[in-house]
Amino acid sequence: MMPESSSADTKTMNMIEAINSAMDVMLERDPNTVVMGEDVGFFGGVFRATAGLQKKHGKTRVFDTPINECGIIGVAVGMGAYGLRPVPEIQFADYIYPGLDQLVSEAARLRYRSANDYICPMTVRTPFGGGIFGGQTHSQSPESIMTHICGVKTVIPSNPYDAKGLLIAAIEDNDPVVFLEPKRIYNGPFSGYYDRPVEPWSKHDASAVPEGYYRIDLGKAATVREGEALTILAYGTMVHVTRTIVEEMGIDAEIIDLRTLLPLDIDAIEASVKKTGRCLVIHEATRTSGFGAELAALVQERCFYHLEAPVERVTGFDTPYPHSLEWAYFPGPVRIATALTKILKD
Amino acid sequence: MSDTPGRPASNLPPLSLHIPEPRYRPGDTPDFGDIVVPEVGETPRPSEDSKPDAMRNLCYGLVRVLDFDGVATGPWDPKLTPERLRTMLRYMMLTRAFDDRMFRAQRQGKTSFYMKCTGEEATSIASTMAIDRADMCFPSYRQQGILIARDYPLIQMMNQIYSNRGDHLLGRQLPIMYSAPEHGFFSVSGNLATQYPQAVGWAMASASKGDSRIATVWCGEGSSAEGDFHSALTFATVYNAPVIFNVVNNQWAISSFSGFAGGERTTFAARAVGYGIAGLRIDGNDPLAVYAATLWAADRARTNNGPTLIEHFTYRSEGHSTSDDPSAYRPADEATAWPFGDPIARLKQHLIALGEWDEERHEAQRTELDDLVKTTQKQSEKLGILGHGMHQPFETMFQDVFEEMPWHLKEQSAQMLAEQEAKFGPNWKPE
Repeated sequence: MMPESSSADTKTMNMIEAINSAMDVMLERDPNTVVMGEDVGFFGGVFRATAGLQKKHGKTRVFDTPINECGIIGVAVGMGAYGLRPVPEIQFADYIYPGLDQLVSEAARLRYRSANDYICPMTVRTPFGGGIFGGQTHSQSPESIMTHICGVKTVIPSNPYDAKGLLIAAIEDNDPVVFLEPKRIYNGPFSGYYDRPVEPWSKHDASAVPEGYYRIDLGKAATVREGEALTILAYGTMVHVTRTIVEEMGIDAEIIDLRTLLPLDIDAIEASVKKTGRCLVIHEATRTSGFGAELAALVQERCFYHLEAPVERVTGFDTPYPHSLEWAYFPGPVRIATALTKILKD
Repeated sequence: MSDTPGRPASNLPPLSLHIPEPRYRPGDTPDFGDIVVPEVGETPRPSEDSKPDAMRNLCYGLVRVLDFDGVATGPWDPKLTPERLRTMLRYMMLTRAFDDRMFRAQRQGKTSFYMKCTGEEATSIASTMAIDRADMCFPSYRQQGILIARDYPLIQMMNQIYSNRGDHLLGRQLPIMYSAPEHGFFSVSGNLATQYPQAVGWAMASASKGDSRIATVWCGEGSSAEGDFHSALTFATVYNAPVIFNVVNNQWAISSFSGFAGGERTTFAARAVGYGIAGLRIDGNDPLAVYAATLWAADRARTNNGPTLIEHFTYRSEGHSTSDDPSAYRPADEATAWPFGDPIARLKQHLIALGEWDEERHEAQRTELDDLVKTTQKQSEKLGILGHGMHQPFETMFQDVFEEMPWHLKEQSAQMLAEQEAKFGPNWKPE
């Protein structure tokens, strides 16, 4: 299922290394690309995503910023207007809110409000999601806040190969992209069983990553597993959790990894749901007004007469992300299995 | 002793919350006699590479060039040629003529909104004339003077104000939210002070590319309270960005006086002190002081000596916008009581004192500019006015959200076009 990947210049990478490689490639290819953010320079980022990039590409291409997300995104908008292609990092998605006005009112609308006089070719990278005991300020999944903004693309990779190809496409995109990195799977895919040892990416096909340039177009979903019994729509960490449970239960599910939330690959979703007649949406974010609500609405608008059961959602709860009770919050094996049993019985 | 929870027995007076209050309200007689006005020539002019901490006094003083008799003296005198002074006067008079005409157009129902810059013309025009044509301006909403000082076609400004067929922004923006990249004028947002960090980013980009261009940015004293302002100053000082920050302190943010932005405690130029950047507080109604201060800051920025914050001490003579009624919250004669006069009258007086201008030429120029604005307005109105017909093809609503239109916008666009056809029939064309 993985695209051409075992050529001579392919290397085994985890997601951090693949993301690092994407920025390295773009810094090399395009002199206008700049990488900036809190701790990203000399130190190489708190998750090491920018390790070595400053040393290789210089301090004016890869640099630390003040702890000021409004400034980081606002400055990136101005750099984009000058002609640069900024790749700011927001250290945790939970910290993006002070920069949200610059994202919503400025970056997202600059092309529109100026009728193409100015554009904002910025890619905001930010780790998101829980499962790392990060508490309420290091675990959130704000993707539906991003998809609600007109003029921003929202991308969420689920493996090293996709992460690199999607990030390169995002950086090359002439519109602002929010690139949400599921930090729980930076070092290995997550089964959903927090009490089991973590499997490293090296045991997964998608860790074979070309060292050079390649891109995965935004707006295209990937079918992770073909099946007939139902369609499961997921992204990021939940792709792997879902796959584990489905295989354990022996269900012939079709799992679609959305990869880009906006623009969404509606054709892939529609074709799959029309084939299976059932649809389960899984995300870690809070339930109410989550992206699952949008997906459920789209599926019923487009596939209603093919549906044999109501569209179900498996999500996080509508509470702040708890610390000690993280695994009671997380939409793990029990919640997914319960929903699968229900939707297949309906 | 006390029954108040959280208040231990004590002989201290109770805490009291301070809510700022302007000195004068409608019905009061404004008196600004206690505003400290240093003598012209009194304020030293440090070299452009001075350390910010060696020139802090300039944040609390007032740079002046023109005295109230129209005589230019002192170290800040930019010594402009009479020709240059006349050009400056012309731009300022044109801006005022334009403002008067467009304000009236709004009152006549030809557009939804307008904002004048009456009394503040110098803060954008003299400032723009002191920088290079290639430098980049990040305006707030009251800097129409930048476009006029860069000879942007008046008709394009009017077309934007009318959202008509000639509006290159396709009627998407509220009147006066211009965008003019060919004239080094960034798209006006409408959200306040967001342009501040953007200007810093542009300046950082210019510096990182080894360019020679600098950025200038404007906001009001009211919006200097925004977080973006402080984000911008932080980034500017950290990276020594080649940027000029203009704070146009016109005393009023709609109905809130400068005290609600901290003006009761210190000057706005003094914000520079905390960030370790150069700050200048200047007479914003003195076009030569504005020019001189901007030139100083531009030379400083261009020689890698870092950013400058300039507080233009001025007064908003008119309402905030066409939607405002200042007589509801301040004395009607406050503008005339303001001790710094009018920038156009002061420059005119200066030119006359130099023997380079006279009342007759002034009146003739005023008439000429009024006619120019009137003629241009007629041409613009031929392309439509707001609210009288729809001037843009409907599908333009969906263009430019993204570079390429995604499927969901194509679907919504098709829906809207079907609505249009149901309402207007299949042959509707933009009016």
